[in-house]
Amino acid sequence: MSRQLRMGLFGVSAAGFAAVLVWGMTGLPAFGDFDGEYGKLLAQSGIPQRSVGEIVAATVFDYRGFDTLGEEFILFCAVVGATVLIRVHRAEGELPPGPAEELAPPSEGMRVLVGALAAPVLVLGIYIVAHGHLTPGGGFQGGIVLVAAFLLIYLAGRRLTPHTHRPLAAAEFLEGLGAAGFALVGLAGLIIAGTYLENFLPFGTFGQLLSGGQIPLSNVVVALEIMGAVLVVIAEFLDQRLLSSESR
Amino acid sequence: MTAVQVIALLLVAAAGPAVVLTRDPLRQVPVNGVFGLLLALLFFVFQAPDVALSQIVVGTVAVPAMVLLAIGRVRRREREADR
Repeated sequence: MSRQLRMGLFGVSAAGFAAVLVWGMTGLPAFGDFDGEYGKLLAQSGIPQRSVGEIVAATVFDYRGFDTLGEEFILFCAVVGATVLIRVHRAEGELPPGPAEELAPPSEGMRVLVGALAAPVLVLGIYIVAHGHLTPGGGFQGGIVLVAAFLLIYLAGRRLTPHTHRPLAAAEFLEGLGAAGFALVGLAGLIIAGTYLENFLPFGTFGQLLSGGQIPLSNVVVALEIMGAVLVVIAEFLDQRLLSSESR
Repeated sequence: MTAVQVIALLLVAAAGPAVVLTRDPLRQVPVNGVFGLLLALLFFVFQAPDVALSQIVVGTVAVPAMVLLAIGRVRRREREADR
């Protein structure tokens, strides 16, 4: 296909797309004109019903907890599927098992920066997970911040764990524990409260760290799942040194 | 719509094409990171702090790290194929 023909095709498609887009957008409600009864209802019921000020967390882990269960398993299945594929390829010898050559060592500046940042980022991640029901954040956000802390250490060229442990196995275990944990929190609701994912813990006082029933617990298991998922994917696909027990 | 929201929208609108117009994948990584950060700012000024929090880390740490490692892996394979 010639360049001229390509640009012509692009022009026609872009004009058509723009026309449909403008046509569709004229029918939208005005900017900031929210008209969702369900949203208003949830915003008003969070504190009286669940002692939770972070209505997003209450929606994700309580009112619509079943949706989150589905999301968790989408992530879990994606990671398992991708990992199985890459291992089959590796067993057939199509992929090299790991880096064949040593990379240049990280600069001193990088090491200093990472040394200064890694611990605060780790604490920030834990904070975001623990306060998921009080302030914006939660398991998904905090989990990915925790992954960032590990990536920082990796960037500095340090191993994450001593020789005696198998970190990839630990990340896989975290991933499975997180996915199963959320399902088990739901199951506990079925056993104790009578309905799957029904809250079975006391709601406590609004504003306390331990309040909101099972929502903080769900945040923790989701954070484990996210950490496990991202670390397994990066280690399996790209660079096994991230979780390798060999020295660099 | 406030002025801050308009500015955030314009910045994102400018940064999106900038990522596409950067043709070298390696240079695309930091540009994409800046785009991710601007997107986080957009989410924040549109009162979605939860989404902004994820976006900051995903857009500026997780995605760039994965893309960089992928580029490194591809280049190493090309070098091995050359030998």
